[in-house]
Amino acid sequence: MDLLKDILYNTDKPWNQFYGWAHAGWANWGWPPFILDIIFQLCFAVIIAVVLILNALWIIYYDRKIAALFQIRKGPNRVGPLGLFQTIADTVKLLIKEDINPKAVDLAVFFLAPVFIFIPTFMVMLVIPFGRGLIPADLNIGILYVMAITGLSVIGILMAGWGSNSKYSLIGGLRSAVQLVSYEIPMMLVILTIVMMSGTLSMGGIVQAQAGYKWFWLPQIVGFILFLIAGNAEVNRAPFDLPEAESELVAGFNTEYSAMKFAFFYLAEYVNLFITSAIAATLFLGGWEGPLLPPVVWFFIKTYFVVTLLMWIRWTFPRLRVDHLMEFSWKYLIPIALLNMVVTAFVIKLV
Amino acid sequence: MTIKAPFELEKISSDEYILNMGPQHPSTHGVLRIILKLDGETVRDIYPDIGYIHSSVEKICENRKYEMITPFTDRLDYLSAVNYNLAYVMAVEKLLGVQVPERAEYMRVMLAELNRIMSHLMWFAAYGMDMGALTPIIYAFREREEIIDIMEGMTGGRMIHHALRIGGFKYDLQKDFMERLKKFLSHIDDRVDEYEALLINNIIFTARTKGMGILPKDMAINYGVTGPSLRGSDCAYDLRRNAPYSIYPKFDFKVCTGRNGDTWDRSKVRMDEIRESARILRQAMDGIPSGDIMAKVPRIIKPAPGEYYSKVECARGEFGAYIVSDGTEKPYRIKFRSPSFSNLSVIREITIGTKIADVIAIMGSLDLVIPEIDR
Repeated sequence: MDLLKDILYNTDKPWNQFYGWAHAGWANWGWPPFILDIIFQLCFAVIIAVVLILNALWIIYYDRKIAALFQIRKGPNRVGPLGLFQTIADTVKLLIKEDINPKAVDLAVFFLAPVFIFIPTFMVMLVIPFGRGLIPADLNIGILYVMAITGLSVIGILMAGWGSNSKYSLIGGLRSAVQLVSYEIPMMLVILTIVMMSGTLSMGGIVQAQAGYKWFWLPQIVGFILFLIAGNAEVNRAPFDLPEAESELVAGFNTEYSAMKFAFFYLAEYVNLFITSAIAATLFLGGWEGPLLPPVVWFFIKTYFVVTLLMWIRWTFPRLRVDHLMEFSWKYLIPIALLNMVVTAFVIKLV
Repeated sequence: MTIKAPFELEKISSDEYILNMGPQHPSTHGVLRIILKLDGETVRDIYPDIGYIHSSVEKICENRKYEMITPFTDRLDYLSAVNYNLAYVMAVEKLLGVQVPERAEYMRVMLAELNRIMSHLMWFAAYGMDMGALTPIIYAFREREEIIDIMEGMTGGRMIHHALRIGGFKYDLQKDFMERLKKFLSHIDDRVDEYEALLINNIIFTARTKGMGILPKDMAINYGVTGPSLRGSDCAYDLRRNAPYSIYPKFDFKVCTGRNGDTWDRSKVRMDEIRESARILRQAMDGIPSGDIMAKVPRIIKPAPGEYYSKVECARGEFGAYIVSDGTEKPYRIKFRSPSFSNLSVIREITIGTKIADVIAIMGSLDLVIPEIDR
């Protein structure tokens, strides 16, 4: 019972015990210890992949249900209880569909694009603190790593746009490049402010800095809102869904994709949504901290709170125009973020 | 395969490219093909290519008896069929010299106005989609469904009702028509307010539509633009008021106009017109008399030789039916004047220099229905 409680609430304690015990046993056999570490890391990778896919399946269902709530309809309710297996059915359908490669595509680029989009979303999970001690690798440059890796996905979208050899795709890809680059700057500035407040780049450290319910969303309310806006733009969801603007560009950068390649784009969108929300929860809502319930549960509650907020925005607003989008970032978000950073710096220095 | 376009391919500079939008495209609302000459995202030239669903309705009509033509007018515009029926039916009645009973006139106005609301709601729904808002479509369909149900009870048809007959109606209003209409009218104004708050007054929407696609009044008149698209340009021209037909003079309603003739004004005019149509419906509900619903129409319709043009204000503008009779059971020639055709013609003037997204916004604000353009 105590062990179960420790696993849920204080994961690093039983983990360290187990880790030490395993290493001791390993040393008895006389094999070099780094092999065991590699095995552990492979296990982590598999666990993360499974969690990621299951979560993506669930989040797609959740988005559709939320959409149904806002749109006074029922949403998926046929496959399985409450339609819970709808996404699985959709995935199976996409898996068994014919994989079409149009004649004119640049095959290598076309093929690699979904991979390039999906892999970074998987890599970011490495530094997300799911609970106390439940972080795959608490890098000391955690948040910088996140920004660097999420920046990679723009290459994937550009590749999809270019490799498809279709005008709609190309416009979508270029729009996406412009959008992601412009919105990364305010996001970066907000994160910088948080780093100034917490004094660390490590994701675990940022959560620790907010311990005792001194969550950053209240002192950084401006930053929180900016982060939500920029984060929403980063994941290409309405009102920032210009790269795949359905009514203008048919489907934007993924116009020519079908079957499982399309599914990768689709999955990546939702995983990105989850990651952005998870980072928002970590930076502003105190990560896994919370009373009574296990930290993991708190982490997911907070993440899904942000996810719901973003979905709410998505299903309410019309799409921005491409020049308004740029204007909004460069004329409003970036100056406000800079001002916010300067003010925060002064306050930190004075207090 | 080369794209045939009015602008020659040699004249395209190295910065420019041609984008073929449609005939299968999510926001051309049917099979309209638009050829764009683009520089990046900026539109340098635009050419609408119509005729993909030309069904030669006018020619078919020459081989049909007069009473068999009414259903064809339904199919021209699947969103406001009654108004199109009305124009044709009125023309034939004038040729025959038939006086329609008053109750039938009231019923016609009621169905026509219900249809107008339905069409404007559909426009709102589709326009939301065009602008990237995914929720309005579901909301507007809720109200539209109520109207469709009323119309279904009345005529049996949900979209193409074939409601009118030459001389009046075949069937009277169904028993619960008034109740259902009353129920519908009790909340439509609130819903329109809600929709305006949701989309029309949304900050992103206004930023995208205000000052966009400005259609000056004289240009609109020169191109023959009619309906809400014309009234958006501050021209209070409404056939219900300016060339009254049926019993419209009896009703008190406002001709809604915009101020600048931009995309937002055209949108706002449509939302206001829903309210005005609801007002007309309320007055009609109070004033509807009892009595006959069908005039005495000869069994075989054989109008005297001659020609007649009758026009109505349909949801998209002025729809006219021109009939030439040679004294036989079948018309010698029929010509329909469809509003979307003229409204589309103005698109080149108001979209050049805008962005791709604006082409969608402007085209949507003209509220095109393709079968009616192609006929």
